[in-house]
Amino acid sequence: MKPIKFARSPLLSERLPPWRQRLVLVLLLGAFALLIGRSLYLQGFNNEFLGDKGRARFERQIDISATRGRITDRHGDVLAVSTPVRSIWAIPEDAQLAPAQARNLAALLGMDVQEINRKLAVERDFVYVKRQLSPETAEKVSSLNLPGIHQKNEYRRYYPAGEVMAHVLGFTGVEDIGQEGIELAFNGALAGKPGSRRVIKDRRGNVVEDVESVRPPLDGKDIALAIDSKVQYLAYTHLKQALAEHRAKAGGVVVLDADSGEILALVNLPTYNPNNRTKLAGAQLRNRALTDTFEPGSTLKPFTAALALEQGKVRFDTPIQTAPGKMTIGSATIHDAHMHGTLTVAQVIQKSSNVGSAKLALSMKPEDMWAMFDSLGFGAPLKLGFPGEAGGRLRPAKTWKPIEQATMAYGHGISVTLIQLARAYQAFARDGDLLPLSLSRVGVPPTSGKQVFSAQTAREVRAMLEMAVRPGGTAPKAQIPGYRVAGKTGTAHKLESGAYANRYVASFVGFAPVSDPRLIVAVMVDEPSNGKYYGGDVAAPVFAQVMAGSLRTLGIAPDAPLAPLLMTAAEPVREEM
Amino acid sequence: MARLNLLLILVLLGCALSLVSSNHHARKLFTELEAGQKRMRDLDVEFGQLQLEQSTVAAHVRVEKLARDKLGMRQPAPGQIISVDVGPAR
Repeated sequence: MKPIKFARSPLLSERLPPWRQRLVLVLLLGAFALLIGRSLYLQGFNNEFLGDKGRARFERQIDISATRGRITDRHGDVLAVSTPVRSIWAIPEDAQLAPAQARNLAALLGMDVQEINRKLAVERDFVYVKRQLSPETAEKVSSLNLPGIHQKNEYRRYYPAGEVMAHVLGFTGVEDIGQEGIELAFNGALAGKPGSRRVIKDRRGNVVEDVESVRPPLDGKDIALAIDSKVQYLAYTHLKQALAEHRAKAGGVVVLDADSGEILALVNLPTYNPNNRTKLAGAQLRNRALTDTFEPGSTLKPFTAALALEQGKVRFDTPIQTAPGKMTIGSATIHDAHMHGTLTVAQVIQKSSNVGSAKLALSMKPEDMWAMFDSLGFGAPLKLGFPGEAGGRLRPAKTWKPIEQATMAYGHGISVTLIQLARAYQAFARDGDLLPLSLSRVGVPPTSGKQVFSAQTAREVRAMLEMAVRPGGTAPKAQIPGYRVAGKTGTAHKLESGAYANRYVASFVGFAPVSDPRLIVAVMVDEPSNGKYYGGDVAAPVFAQVMAGSLRTLGIAPDAPLAPLLMTAAEPVREEM
Repeated sequence: MARLNLLLILVLLGCALSLVSSNHHARKLFTELEAGQKRMRDLDVEFGQLQLEQSTVAAHVRVEKLARDKLGMRQPAPGQIISVDVGPAR
């Protein structure tokens, strides 16, 4: 083939159409415009996305946990506190442990190797291996450097007072959220709100700059209760002894400050250890003093007498004929187990005569009695904020038959909780008025509350109640050397499926020192079954022990000569049921 | 003109350097703050643990047991108590 020189190539001589040149130019310029547009869009108009991506490379959001508030007693002694613990969790897919590693982990956690392997075999993205480990153990676990095993900071709540305070405080769950008692009632205030902040971290994981605080953490508030842990402990030990001695099923003690309405002690038995709740039964958990109602029996008689005095139906020493020890109303008969003959109103209370109380009640209108019980706080919960508070039963006056009005005079056909009963006795311990009860400390106590009786009536009933613990009364065992004491026993048959059974609730409510009452103590013992079951034998001694100890602890001056009033008298007068 | 430019360059350089140094200073202070806050949290936790320990050791059950068993203490009988009146009660 004959070579052709490039310059003479026939292809060159061919003229190309000029539009092709322009097309290329336009295409190139178009491509440039596209690039400039895109970069403008990314840099100027829609820079959020890339900005976020960039920040994600060096910024970290850190959660800041908030601690739950402490609960203290009135003197600042810690009753509940949260301290940090660690939980070990795993991503099962990543956690491929060699047998030796698994053995090490098991040894540190105090678990079975098989149990760990079983937990790591589940088909999930997240599994707790062990919760609430001490920080020291957790440190050792992290030094093992196991793949797929992670840790999380959590809090665990400790209750140093243990069983003594169990029902007051309640407890929190594993997530540190209140489930019972104060922990539940005040959960809103106690629980903190975890916060978070955004920071810049360097290569070694140190925080070098705070970008912003997204949400500052809010630590829970500390709560100071009105409870006095010494008084609480006294009440707990003495009630526990009494329950063992009388082989009783359950019991409760409430101690109130008569001046301020503060609850100084609230004990229920049986109880439980809030630090170790592996074996819990419903009966142990119940805060009986607040949630369980019972027919109070004779402890209500003073209120009947007070209303009769208040209405001017009788005076302190008006004689009432209680012979022949029984009284028929409609088709039912009320009994006194012992013949008392003619008694004054004061003696009706002192000797706890059913017939006398019924006669007093029948002289009054049912509406007035209902109004008194209602204003004393019976029939409605006290609204302390505790979970499951009961109100008791107080039927409307319109439905009362005369026999019911008579039995209510001595505490049957009406049911109350122990704390309601203790609060109602404020009316006698104070000058006829009632203060609201408080679980937390009251700074400046109100000088007067809701007036139920006149001061004069309250004084007279105080005198009657003081007679009841003197020789000739139903509760000489409630006496305390050195102090003037007043109170009333109660012994009631228990209602079982609508009928009164031969099981009893023994109770005692009283206050001291009578010259200026400071403390109210209410004791209830459920089903004493060791022979004795009268309130004067079972509950009154507990009252005396708790009251004596509390008066001494609180430094309240004695108001009586030290010589005991009674050491020689024989058996106390049996109260009527 | 050239002189002014030189001066401005020097000023700019000075500013840049002081910015760097103050930034560094800020970070150092921040680390200190961080450490301080961490120490505060740790101390708070320790305070809680010590409080817990204190109330465990001072538990009434324990104190009573020690007083009775180890120290041989007991409650005074009513006749052994002498009350001293220090002015009006309450």
